[in-house]
Amino acid sequence: MNTLDHVVAAFGALRANPVRGFLTTLGVIIGVLSIILLVGLGDGVRTYLAEAFSGLGSSLIEVIPGKTERKGMGPPPLNNPRKITLEDARAIERRARTLDAVSPIVFGGGTLRYLDRRRDVAVFGTSAMYPDMRNLHVQSGRFFDDEDALAGRHVVVVGTTIVRELFGEENPLGRTVKITDVPFRIVGVMAPKGQTFGFDWDDIAYVPAQTAMDLFQLDGVTQVLCRSRDRRSTAAAMDDIREVLSARHNFQEDFTIRSQDDLLETVNDLLRTMTLVILAIASISLVVGGIGIMNIMLVSVKERTREIGIRRAVGATRTDILLQFLVEAVVISLVGGLVGLGLGAGIIAIARNVVPDLPVELSAWIVAVAMGFSALVGVLSGVLPARNAALVDPVEALRYE
Amino acid sequence: MSAPAPPPVIAMRGIRKEYGQADSRVVALAGVDLVVLRGEYVAIIGPSGSGKSTLMNIIGCLDRPSAGTYALDGEEASALPDHRLANVRNRKIGFIFQNFNLLSRANALENVELPLRYRGLSARERRRLALQSLDRVGLANRVTHRPNELSGGQRQRVAIARALVTQPALLLADEPTGALDRRTGREIITLFDELHAAGSTIVVVTHDPEVAAYTRRRVSLVDGAVVEDGPVPRAEAAG
Repeated sequence: MNTLDHVVAAFGALRANPVRGFLTTLGVIIGVLSIILLVGLGDGVRTYLAEAFSGLGSSLIEVIPGKTERKGMGPPPLNNPRKITLEDARAIERRARTLDAVSPIVFGGGTLRYLDRRRDVAVFGTSAMYPDMRNLHVQSGRFFDDEDALAGRHVVVVGTTIVRELFGEENPLGRTVKITDVPFRIVGVMAPKGQTFGFDWDDIAYVPAQTAMDLFQLDGVTQVLCRSRDRRSTAAAMDDIREVLSARHNFQEDFTIRSQDDLLETVNDLLRTMTLVILAIASISLVVGGIGIMNIMLVSVKERTREIGIRRAVGATRTDILLQFLVEAVVISLVGGLVGLGLGAGIIAIARNVVPDLPVELSAWIVAVAMGFSALVGVLSGVLPARNAALVDPVEALRYE
Repeated sequence: MSAPAPPPVIAMRGIRKEYGQADSRVVALAGVDLVVLRGEYVAIIGPSGSGKSTLMNIIGCLDRPSAGTYALDGEEASALPDHRLANVRNRKIGFIFQNFNLLSRANALENVELPLRYRGLSARERRRLALQSLDRVGLANRVTHRPNELSGGQRQRVAIARALVTQPALLLADEPTGALDRRTGREIITLFDELHAAGSTIVVVTHDPEVAAYTRRRVSLVDGAVVEDGPVPRAEAAG
């Protein structure tokens, strides 16, 4: 008897009692379904994060004031970390050869007013390089340039959300708005960027960095955003920055340099660990499913004692009988796995149709893992029943009522 | 000028079968000698507990004797490992049971094909031989019926077709009419007669004198030993 014969026979056995077959596979169906969905969600979030990060520019390095440890518990932060100034940012730009763009950033919030309309928005003080570094584009008008910055002009570039809320259909270019009572002239409107992690990129007002520091009465920047020439030179660029900046800070490293890739890697590590934990938890239901299959197979072997006797009488060896029941268990488990996979793929397809942004996906590796687990569960749950079946004494089996 | 005689189908010497240990030992067969030649039609009779079931199991290679030698169709079969015994059963023996022992989920054709599956024949060859065999027992028009769609007599015919399909050296029947009414039982006996006439070697284990009466030779077993072995009187066979 070859394996194909056994597979055909196994489907015959399943067909003979479809309700029982379905209930037997239910555990595996649920197990595989939960693996597909949970891991699909984890994978989807990872892809989403990677895309979101790369959509915000690549090879980026952030420099922020104060020393923080990225891993583990560091020493308590300095009470009064030394500020990073615009001069520091300029020094980095001038001296760090491995960088191709540097942009200081001052984060602030303020109320934008136009006539009787007002809106609380995020205010970014930055430089002319910033849009390019973050993959942002100007829709109309222009971004402010270095000359605006040097001259200390009160110019602002706004996002489309602000335009919609304050101006409606009106053309905002050239209009004057007030940011916390200081008048600014709108010179440009940014192209829509959408949201990242719930943050609306179109609800930002961009002003020159120095202007923002004056506006918010700050003497340091929130961060300096740098870009290395390419991904490979990121580490060298970080060393460059460290050298330049610590020379200006009494050779103290009272700042933190981190690359976007590091950050993404850290988040990825976390998500990968979470995915594995989820996989482990979901596997428990597969184990339960396997126990269900074993249970039914043990009953089935008992019920089919006479069948075993008949098969043995007409020439089946113990190995034939062993394989027959083992294949049956694997077939039951794989059918359950396929049904679970089908359900999972269907649910994911529907979910993505209904909520296009939902970060859930069906990746090949998890399909392979789910099917592999199903087969493994089938083998493990089938071994004991199949062994029992093989050890049945044909003489007694033929007499069995 | 005559070709060398074919080996006997059954050649048993001093077959013993004991169960249990030491003081709780039960002797089922106490030294049986039996030779059945090709083409013979033999009944093994005896009261219950006489050891005829045990003897049948050993003849059928479902069980091994505790002592003694047994050659089936010239092949030593008393001390073979399990998988070799399965192979011998497949090639040499066609079983016919009292309660038919058909697979309830399989139709007549699939039941008859079963021994050929374990022989590894192609699907086409299996089907051809199985249809031939079903035709021989008069069930060519019932091949897709399942056992529960067949009468008792038809079921036993399917079982006989299954036994014949491998062209075994020996047809071994255990109370073949025990589960049938008198008339259907007669039909089966008649079929056995025809098979015997066509050259099959048949051993029937039974306690039914009527079944035994149709055979040509009767072996009586009492307490695990052969007490009588001789031709069936023709008068008995006639009536």
